[in-house]
Formats: sequence, structure tokens, C-alpha cells
Amino acid sequence: MFCKKSVGLSFLFMKSRLKWPVHVIKYQTNQCQCAAMKRSHSSWTGHKHHTHPESRTRGVRLVSHSTLDPAEVRKFQVLANKWWDIQGEFAPLHSMNELRVPFIRDNLLTVHGGGEMGRPLTGLRILDVGCGGGLLTEPLGRMGAEVLGVDPVEVSVRTAELHSSLDPALRERVRYRACTLEDLTEEEENEEAFDAIVASEVVEHLADLDTFVHCCYRILKPGGSVFITTISRTQLSYMLGIVMAEQVLRIVPRGTHEWDKFITPVELETLLESSGMIVQSVRGMLYNPLTRCWSWQQSTSVNYALHAIKQKEEPPHQAAAED
Amino acid sequence: MFALVKVKQAACGAGRQGFSVRSLRRLRAFSTAPPSSEHGEEGNDVYDIVISGGGMVGTAMACSLGSDPNLQGRKILLLEAGPKKEMDKVPEVYSTRVSSISPGSASLLSGLGAWDHIVKLRCKPYQKMQVWDACSDALITFDKENLQDEMAYVVENDVIVAALTKQLQTLSDQVEVQYRTKVVQYTWPRPFQVAESIPWVQVSLANGRTLQTKLLIGADGPNSMVRRKAGIPTVKWNYDQSAVVAVLHLSEPTENNVAWQRFLPTGPIAMLPLSNTESSLVWSTSHHHAEELLQKDEESFVDAINNAFWSNENQSDLVEAAGSLFRHALSVLMPSGSSTRQLPPSVAAIGPKSRVMFPLGMGHASEYIRHRVALIGDAAHRVHPLAGQGANLGFGDVACLTQVLSQAAFNGKDLGEMQHLLEYETERQRHNLPMITAIDLMKRLYSSNAAPLVLLRTFGLQATNALPPLKEQIIAYASK
Repeated sequence: MFCKKSVGLSFLFMKSRLKWPVHVIKYQTNQCQCAAMKRSHSSWTGHKHHTHPESRTRGVRLVSHSTLDPAEVRKFQVLANKWWDIQGEFAPLHSMNELRVPFIRDNLLTVHGGGEMGRPLTGLRILDVGCGGGLLTEPLGRMGAEVLGVDPVEVSVRTAELHSSLDPALRERVRYRACTLEDLTEEEENEEAFDAIVASEVVEHLADLDTFVHCCYRILKPGGSVFITTISRTQLSYMLGIVMAEQVLRIVPRGTHEWDKFITPVELETLLESSGMIVQSVRGMLYNPLTRCWSWQQSTSVNYALHAIKQKEEPPHQAAAED
Repeated sequence: MFALVKVKQAACGAGRQGFSVRSLRRLRAFSTAPPSSEHGEEGNDVYDIVISGGGMVGTAMACSLGSDPNLQGRKILLLEAGPKKEMDKVPEVYSTRVSSISPGSASLLSGLGAWDHIVKLRCKPYQKMQVWDACSDALITFDKENLQDEMAYVVENDVIVAALTKQLQTLSDQVEVQYRTKVVQYTWPRPFQVAESIPWVQVSLANGRTLQTKLLIGADGPNSMVRRKAGIPTVKWNYDQSAVVAVLHLSEPTENNVAWQRFLPTGPIAMLPLSNTESSLVWSTSHHHAEELLQKDEESFVDAINNAFWSNENQSDLVEAAGSLFRHALSVLMPSGSSTRQLPPSVAAIGPKSRVMFPLGMGHASEYIRHRVALIGDAAHRVHPLAGQGANLGFGDVACLTQVLSQAAFNGKDLGEMQHLLEYETERQRHNLPMITAIDLMKRLYSSNAAPLVLLRTFGLQATNALPPLKEQIIAYASK
């Protein structure tokens, strides 16, 4: 609900399947640049309406690893400020770690048993889909897991890469790629390669959830886990997630969420189980904008977290998921 | 990208020039370097936690972090300016610097495995404490229900450090220690990552080495350099008092299991048991009087001590009459509440060359934490020795900060984040501030011989003494 722009930046990993108008993608990328301007110039309103969004977009896309343009490096670093300012725009995502990190850790420990002292997730390979600036990728890496963060927005991935590369404890454990889940699925070495897939605040932005679930199934090891946090489609979530968060309190930029795309826990569960992934637990989450803290709650009518496990034998309805 | 960052770090590490055009050029030149050079030497200098100051509290912090299961595999470093303090056998003479260790601190130390070493070396438990006023007959005694339980332990500071040092050696693969290492400069990071800066605290050492750490713990005492350099404001004042400390030889061996403290108008004088024949003196008094005491020859110094514990010269008839009336009234109301006065042992001599004085003051850092910095022990708070709480407050900090960091590590957090450090600050200030305030008020209340104040404290002390539940509360609070 209040997951803000991060989501806006990170959900595009399915773009090839989404068949969204191209301008949406451009807008998203451009939006981050506007935000970057906010920090680098005292007045940013002048940059609000870019006349050449395309050229900027292209500039970002052309960046490659070895030939870094200093201006672009600078841009990534300014962006890093935004992602990693725990008081800033992404504050709700930072504080969501208080719930989602223990949720993922404890469920993985239940499935795989206690790991190494001090690094409980050692030995596990995790895929963080829609990793954004790496807010969730880093804690998972610090707990010992080998994490791959993917996000189609290259600037976000560069930001995440820059941030975690400064920490020697993460350098060997965390990798990032600017690509989509589908790209990964097409690579053979990723077939049944991951112990867990994390998709936090991502699925509410997808047009084709069936494909998403199918891709998850393909790259998960048998017995591997899927962790999803998202928003349910209820009247309450419309009130809180759209009206309150976007229009009244303006915690989230307008247009971040489309209520129609939200998915209820029951729908998600049905979809996962039809693809051979058995839901283990669903827990409701509540954000308090005053304390800026998340807490668990009984009701899953707004935000919720879900854990499912890929069955070890063949799924019954694999054909249905072929799409 | 990795290469980029490493090179940038190197560039910043060398001159801290920020992101100049020059360093960008270097950066480009190096960004095609083979992967093997990416994990260079300076990457090994990023620590998870650096503790500055290896005194009692700093060494305890190192042991505590090093033995925490959730912090296994973290890079922890203890920096100490002085030499390594080892002790295979206790020296014959007692040290004058001793601490009163509460049961709470003792259980922390035994959890760290250091308490066994302390017991093997030297410590003296006491079961009872008697505090009384020189200006009236008012007294209060604290003891545990059954005298089996220890009220607290008197331990020499050197023994505590030696025991912790010994324990720390067993954690050598968890905690790195550098003795005789002075810090010359701390460089603080921005609150969140900014392009031109290294995100960690940088510690420049006198030997020319520069370290980086995700969290710096300042355990460097009342004049903490960490606190000063971080610009953390401190509320502090000097008491117009100095403490004279000495080792006392008693005139005859006793069980010696009582801590004695008498409030004189010039300041409290306390005798803490060290053994059956020896006690430790802590006499807080005016600077001038302290100088005088230091100048005295041994015999008249001993007389002065005995006189301070026994003399009735400060008592006035009025206060005494009112006090005894009040005590009488209390004993009618609560027959079980009164305690019998015990007399302290008399002193025969002092340990050779054991007299030392040092000025007293109080101080409290208004913040215990900053981004990537935490203060513990005397660096965060300094108290008057009258309640024997200085070391205990510090060990309480150690226990709390360890717990907070352990949880943060278990949750995969960056250890230097404000979020969990704030939990430490809130919890400790909630405990330390009332204690520090109470000690300061006590000191002030007893620094006068004006009749109204004397009456107030006489009634207060007697009433408190007559209320066992209240006394239990006080003991429980002071035992943490």
C-alpha cells in the first residue's frame, strides 16, 4: 500500500509480457531522474516537465559496465542517496524489513534447518525479484545467503550494486543483474537453481501473474520457497492504499498503484497451488504512518505476506500454467 | 562496477579528495583491471565493530560481542592505548582502585566466562551495607533477606581487566586486539550514503594505519575522544570534591562483610571490605582537605579516618532529639523496621604508598549514539563514587548493547544503523538517568549541615529504613 515509488521502479521486470505502452516505461525511468534532480539542484520544479524524456532514457540505457560516464556515475550515486535514506522516500520499505526479513528467515530456517552460527542462511541461493536499490537483498546477503537481485530498471540495479560493493561482507554474496525474471528463466543454468524466490511489493503491478508464477516454478529447486508480499484487492485496500496513501496523505505518488491489479490471498493461493506450489502461511501486515512502523495483524485485507513451497513431485496442472 | 568502487575507495582513502575529475580518470583507467585486484588489501580494513578503549567496560564489550552466537564471523577489533594487562598471580598488595560489582554485573561477567578468573584471582563479597549520617543518628542498612546472598563484590579494577583480558584471548579468532595503539582522528560518514564519501567511520591510528568500521563503540572513559570528536553534547559539572583512596589495615581480623559509608558534611567516607584484615577507603572531601589528608603522616591519617567514622562532633542536640523522636514513632508503627547500629572496625594502618587522590565530577552525554557510533560506560556517563555504581552502569550498557546488536545481526541489518542503536539509547537512558540523578541529589543533600536539610534527610533515611519493601526496591534497582 505505502510501498511508494520503489515499487514503481521495480515492477517492470515483466515488461516484455506486459505489452505496456512504451511511454509508461519511459516515464518510470524519467521519474527517478526527476528525483535525482531534486537533490542535485536547489530548484527542481523546472525539471518537472522534461521535454526530452527519451534522450535521457536512452542515456541511462546505454551505460555499460566498463565505460562509465562520470555524469552517469554521479547520477547513480545521487540515486543511492534516495534509496538508502532510511528517513526518506523509501522509509516504509526500509521499515518493512522489520517484518519481511524475519518472515523469510524463520520460514527458511523451518524448511532447511538451522544454518551456520551468525549467518543463518548460509548455503542458500535466493533470487530477489524487483530488488530496486537492494533494500531487501542486502539483509538476506548479510544473513549468509547467496543472493541475486534482478530489476529491469538499470539505474536501480547500479545503485544497489554500488551500495553493496562498499561492504566487504556483501561483495561475495550479493550480485545484481538488470534483467527480467523471464530473461533468467530462459537461461538454462537457472533451471531449478534457487532455494527461494522473494517478490516483495511486486506482484500487484503485474498484468500476467500466471507467467510470473510459472517462471518461479521453473527456476525454483524442488522444495524451494516463494515469498510474496503484496496488497489485497478489497474495499479497505482501496480506501487505504489508493485514497489515503496516494490522495490524502500522499505517502505514495499518485498513480503508483492500480487497484484492479491487486490480488487477494485466496486468488494468489489458488494460482500458486494450481502450479504446484503449496501455500504454507499467509499473514496480514499493517503500516502505521504515524510511527512509520509495520506490524503483523490477523486480517489480510490490506497488506499481506505469503510463503509457498514448490512440491517435490510434478505439479498436477502444469499444462495450465504453460500459457 | 566493483572495480570502480574499490578504486574510488582507494582514492578517497589516500587523500579523501572526493570525486574529483582526477580520481574519475584513475577510476576509468582501473575499471578494466582484472578481477583478482578487486579484493585488495584495503578491503580487509573494513571492520564490523571497532571498540575504542580497552578498560573494564571496553574489554567486557569485546568479550561479550565475541562470544555472541549471532555475531559469529563478524570482524571485531578492540583498540587500547595502553599495554596488555595480564595477571597470572595477584600482587601481594591490594590496588587502591576498586569497584563494587553488583550481582547483575557479576552474572554478566560469569556469562562471559570472566567471573571464574576473578574468583580465582581475588574478590571479596559483602552481605550488608550500612549508611549513616554524621550530623544525626539516622542510619539505613541494606542486606539480603538471608545473609547467604551476596549484596555485591569488591573487586580491584586491575583484576577485572586481567580476567576479561584472559577471557578475550580465548576469543582470538572472533576478536582482534591491538594494544599500545592510539587513535589520532575519527572521520564520520554522512547519515546516509553520499557520492563522495566512504559510508563507514574511519579511524586513523598513530601508527599511520587507517581503519574503517561499520560501528564504532566509544569505551574510552570520562574524557572520551569519541564523544568529543562526534560532537555529542554532555551535561557535566565538577563536584568541588576530590576522592582520597587508600588500602586500610584493620586493627584486628573480622568477618569484614559489611560496606560502611558515613556522610560527613564535607562528603561521604566509605570503607569497602577487601579481605578479613584489609579494607579499601574512598573518602570524598573538599580539594583542600584532600590535599591535607595526603600530606599527613601515616599515623595522623589513620586517626583522621577513625575520627571520621566515629566522631559525633557534627551532631546538634536539636536534630538528635527530633531524630530520636521520629525513630521512636516509627518503631511503634513498624516494630520490625528498625535496625541495630553496628560499629565499623577501627583502622590500624594504611598500605604503604597507597594514598592517591583524584577529582570528582559528574557527566552525562545527552546522546549515547550517533549514526555508526555508540558510547558505553564512563564515556556516556560519569557518576560520584558514593553509590558504587560507576562500573555497574557500564556493564549494564555492555549487556544491553550486545543484545541489541545480536538481534540486529540476526535480522541481517547493517550494525551501524540508527534504528536499533536508538533502542539501546532509550533503554539505557531510562535506567541510567534516574540513577545518576539520584546519586547527584544524594551528594547534594548530604553536603550540608544546615539543620532543615539534616532533619529532612534524617527523617527520609529513617523512614526508608523502616520500610523493607522500599529498601528491597532500592536494592533490586542497584543490583541490576
